[in-house]
Amino acid sequence: MIMESIIFPTVKGMAEEDYFSGSQEILHFFDLMSPPLLGVEGGGRGNAPLMSSSASVDCISQSGLGLKERNYLGLSDCSSVDSSGVSNVSEENKSNLNLKATELRLGLPGSRSPERDSDFILLSSDKLDEKQLFPLLPSKDGICSLMQKSIVSGNKRGFSDTMDGFSEKKCSVFAEGKWMFNATGSDSGTPQSVIEAKLAGNAGKNVILSNNSSGTQPTMKKEVPTRALQEGHNKMNGSNNNSSAPAAKAQVVGWPPIRSFRKNTLATTLKTNDEVDGKPVPGALFVKVSMDGAPYLRKVDLRTYSTYQELSSALEKMFMCFTIRQCGSQEAPGREMMGENKFKDLVHGSDYVLTFEDKDGDWMLVGDVPWEMFIESCKRLKIMKGSDAIGLAPRAMEKSKNQN
Amino acid sequence: MDTYINIYIERERDRGFGFFLTELSDYNRSGSNLKVEDNPELYFGPKIFRSSLHLIGSARVKKDQMRSFQSMLNYFPEEVLEHVFDFLTSHRDRNAVSLVCKSWYAVERFSREKVFIGNCYAISPDRLIARFPRVRSLTLKGKPHFADFNLVPHDWGGYVQPWIESMVKGGVNLEELRLKRMLVSDESLELLANSFPNFKSLVLVSCEGFTTDGLAAIASNCRFLRELDLQENEVEDRRGQWLSRFPDSCTSLVSLNFACLKGEVNLASLERLVARCCNLRSLRVNHAVPLDALQRILAQAPQLVDLGTGSFVHDPDSESYNKLETSMQKCTSITSLSGFLDVTARCLPAIYSICRHLTTLNLSYAPGIYSDELVKLICHCNKLERLLVLDTIGDKGLGVVASTCKELQELRVFPSDIYVVGNASVTEEGLVAISAGCPKLNSILYFCQQMTNAALITVAKNCPNFIRFRLCTLNPTVPDAVTMQPLDEGFGAIVKSCKGLKRLSVSGLLTDQVFLYFGRYAKQLEMLSIAFAGDSDKGMLYVLNGCKKLKKLEIRDSPFGNVALLADMGKYETMRSLWMSSCEVTLGACKTLAQKMPKLNVEIINESDQMEDSVDDKQKVEKMYLYRTLVGPRKDAPDFVWTL
Repeated sequence: MIMESIIFPTVKGMAEEDYFSGSQEILHFFDLMSPPLLGVEGGGRGNAPLMSSSASVDCISQSGLGLKERNYLGLSDCSSVDSSGVSNVSEENKSNLNLKATELRLGLPGSRSPERDSDFILLSSDKLDEKQLFPLLPSKDGICSLMQKSIVSGNKRGFSDTMDGFSEKKCSVFAEGKWMFNATGSDSGTPQSVIEAKLAGNAGKNVILSNNSSGTQPTMKKEVPTRALQEGHNKMNGSNNNSSAPAAKAQVVGWPPIRSFRKNTLATTLKTNDEVDGKPVPGALFVKVSMDGAPYLRKVDLRTYSTYQELSSALEKMFMCFTIRQCGSQEAPGREMMGENKFKDLVHGSDYVLTFEDKDGDWMLVGDVPWEMFIESCKRLKIMKGSDAIGLAPRAMEKSKNQN
Repeated sequence: MDTYINIYIERERDRGFGFFLTELSDYNRSGSNLKVEDNPELYFGPKIFRSSLHLIGSARVKKDQMRSFQSMLNYFPEEVLEHVFDFLTSHRDRNAVSLVCKSWYAVERFSREKVFIGNCYAISPDRLIARFPRVRSLTLKGKPHFADFNLVPHDWGGYVQPWIESMVKGGVNLEELRLKRMLVSDESLELLANSFPNFKSLVLVSCEGFTTDGLAAIASNCRFLRELDLQENEVEDRRGQWLSRFPDSCTSLVSLNFACLKGEVNLASLERLVARCCNLRSLRVNHAVPLDALQRILAQAPQLVDLGTGSFVHDPDSESYNKLETSMQKCTSITSLSGFLDVTARCLPAIYSICRHLTTLNLSYAPGIYSDELVKLICHCNKLERLLVLDTIGDKGLGVVASTCKELQELRVFPSDIYVVGNASVTEEGLVAISAGCPKLNSILYFCQQMTNAALITVAKNCPNFIRFRLCTLNPTVPDAVTMQPLDEGFGAIVKSCKGLKRLSVSGLLTDQVFLYFGRYAKQLEMLSIAFAGDSDKGMLYVLNGCKKLKKLEIRDSPFGNVALLADMGKYETMRSLWMSSCEVTLGACKTLAQKMPKLNVEIINESDQMEDSVDDKQKVEKMYLYRTLVGPRKDAPDFVWTL
C-alpha cells in the first residue's frame, strides 16, 4: 500500500493500481528470498507501537471475558491460585509428595510403578477439582505451563510413529513427576531457589533435561547463584533423580533436532550390525552392559577401545549417575576424573565390580586377562554388586592360566 | 563507485540500440539525485546491474528519481528486456525486476521458466499458471521445517496432487519438479509420468506417501528422464522391480539417486541401465547393492562424478575387492562420495585412490567407520570443500580435518547415537580446531556435548564468513561448560562478526540477552531456529524488531507469549512463516492475530483429545504455525489443524 503511493505517481500512464499491488503481493509468495519491501515495512513499523499496544490490550480483555467456569485441563484453577497462597499449598504438598514418589524404583525405562500413579491421583483429587485430568502442583504459572506442555506432549500423534514412541510417551509423564519433586525440594531450600522456581517454564525445563553425564548440571539463570543451586540440586536429586535422568533425556520430542529419516536409518543399521550373531561384524563389536540397580542396558563397541582404561572410563561416563553417588564423589567433572582410578573406587569404595561373561558362559572379573583375549571372549558386561562377584576373580585367573 | 551505483544494460548490437548508462545515486549514502545520462563510453558489469535492480525493485529511490528512470526505460523494446532478463537466474533478481514497472513485470512474467514456491499453501496452483504460463521447472515446499524432527503429524498436509492436476489442466509443459517435505502419492507420480511428455527431472527431498510403484510409473513413462533424485524420503518398498521398468530406450539419465530406499533392487537391471546411460554423472545406490555389483558398475561408468556406495562389506583379500580397487583407480572424475551404510573398515583403502580428487564427502550415514579409519581416510582428502561426518570422528579427528582440508567450506557433524551421552563425541575443542584450520568455512552444523563462550568467540574471530551457523548441544539447555554462564556472549560474537549470516540455529542455555545481539547485529538473517531459550517476551521482540530480513522464525519450548506475538503483526506479512510450539502463546492471542491479519493463516495443531471446540481463549496453544497466503484458509486441513 505504501509501495503504491511511492511508485504510482512516478510511473507514467500506469493507473492499474490493483494490478500492480497485486503483483507486488504475489511476488512475496513466489520468492521468499525477495528483499523486504521497505515501503511496506516502514509503514508497518510506524503503526507498530499503536497496533501492538491496542492489540494486546484487546487480547487480554477478550481472554479475560472468555474465561469460563468449566475447567478442561485444570489449568485455570492452577493459574488462578493466588500467589500468596502458593507457598502454603506447596508446603502441604511437600509432605504429601516426597514419599513413595521419590523412592528409587527399578524397572524398564519409561515404566511407571502403579503405586506412583495412585499417588498422583490421590494428590490431585485432594487438592483439585475432580474434573482435572492431570494432577498439578498448585504453583506458579511457569510450572503449570510446563505441566500443560507435558500433558499435551504425552498425546502426540507423530510420536507414536517413532519406534520407541510408546515408551517415550510414558517416560515423559514419569519425568514430570520428577520435576515436580525437584521443584518442591528447591522450594524448601534457599530463597533464591524459590525465585528460580518462579522463572517461567524455562528453569523447569532445565531440570528435566539436566542429566548430562559430564556433570555439567545446567545452572538456572545467571541471576541465581550457581554454586548454591548446584549443590542444592545434587543433594535433593539423590539417587532417585539420577536413575531416571538418562531416560528423561531420550524423551524430549524432536531433540536433538535430527531428521527422523536419519534417526531411523542409523537405528536400523546399528541394530543389524548388532544382531548378526555368531558372524562377527567386522569393524564393530557390540556387547551389552548392564548394571545392578540401573533401569536400563547400554551397548558398547569394544573395538572402539584399546585398553581397559578406555573402556572403564567410557562405562564410567555412561553409568556416572549411579557410580558417582555410590562413590560419594562430588569432584568436578572432567577428563581427569576418568580412568582406572575410578573403577578402583568403584571396586573398593562402593562395592561395584565390572564383570564379563565369556564365550563359555562363565562370569569373570574384567581386567584379569590381556585386553585382546578379553575382547575376543567377552559376550556381555555387567557392573555387579561386589558382594555378588565374590569368587569370580580366582576362576578367571585360573582360566587364563589354563589357556596360556 | 563511492557514491554511485550504476546500471548498464547490455547493448543489443544487432538492433543497433545505443548504450544507456544510468547512474543511480546511492540512496543509502546520500539520498540525492538520480541522473540519467546517455554515455556510450562506459561499461559496467552484470553485478552492478543486479544491485541496481534491487535498488529499484525495493523502491528505495525517491519519486522523481524513479520517474526519470522509468521514462528512460520506455526506450527499450520488450525483446531487449527479455534478453537482458535471461541473464538473471536467481529468483531474487527476477522478483526485483518485475517490481520495477508494468512492462517489466509483463516481460518477466512471460519469460520466467523456473518458479520457486516456498510454501505450497501461500498461493494457488491456478494463480501460478496464470502468472507464469511458460513455467517449466517448479520447486515446491510443504510442511514446516520442524516436521523433520517429528513435531508435525504425518497427515498434516502438503499434498502435491492439486498442483499436478492444475498444471495438467493448464497445459503446462512441465520438465522439472522439485519437492521438499511434501506428501506425494503414487497417484500423483503416475499422473506426472503420464501427463508431461517432456518431463526430465524429479527431485524429492524428505517427502513421503509414495511407494516403489510410483517410481516404476516414472521410470517406464518419462522417456527423457535425466534426473531421479530421492533424498531422505520415506518410501514404502513394494518389491516391485521398479528399476527394471526403465525402457531399453532410456539412455538419458544423468543423475540417479535411490540411496534412501530400503528394499532390494534388481542388480542386473541396474547394471544394464548404467551401462546404456553414458551421460550418467551422479549415481547413489542403496545398501542392497553389494560391493561386487558396485565394482561392475564402476567398470562400466568411469565417467561418474558423484558416487554413493551401497553395502561396502567384503573380504579385502578377495578377487572382487582387488577388482574394485582397480576400477576405482580409473574413476578419476569422482569428486563426491557418499553411502557406506554398511561398511567393513578394512575395505576402505580401496577408495584412497580417488580421495585426492574429492570435494564432497558424506560419511554421515556410515556408523561403521570409526575414528581411526575415518582419520586415515580424511588424510587423503585434501581438496574437500564439504564434509559430513558422525561425531565418532571425535575432537582429535576434527583436528586432522582442520590440518588437512584447507579448502573446507561446509562441515556437518551429526550425533552417532543420540541416546548415549558421553562416548566418542565432539566438543568445543573440535570446533575451535576447525575454525582455526579452515578459513574458508562458511557453513556449519555441529552437534556436540558441550560448548563454551570462549570457543564461540574464537570461532567468530577465525571464520567471519559464516552464512549458515547451526549449533546443537545434545542437552538443549547446557550452559558454558567452563564458566556455567549462559552462552549469550558466544552466540553474540558469532552474529557480530559474521555479517552475512543467513541461517542460525541456537541451543544451550540462553537468556534474552542473546536475542538482543541477534536483533542488533544479524541484519542478513533469514532463518532462525530457537529452542529452550530466552526468559521473556523481550527476547522474541528483539528478534522481530531487529532482524529485518527474517523470513522464517521457528521457536519451540521458549517462554515467549502474547505480547511478543502481537507486538508487530505486520511483520508476519514480510515473512514466510512463524512456528511456535510449547511457548506461552494463548489461543485468544492467535485468534486476535488471525482476525487482524486476514492475509495470514494462523493454524493451531491440536493433537490432544481433551481440547474440544469450546476451548478457553486463555488456553495456551501447543503448536502454532502461521504463514502469509493469498488463498485463505486451506481446504485440505485435517481435523486436528484449526485455521483461526
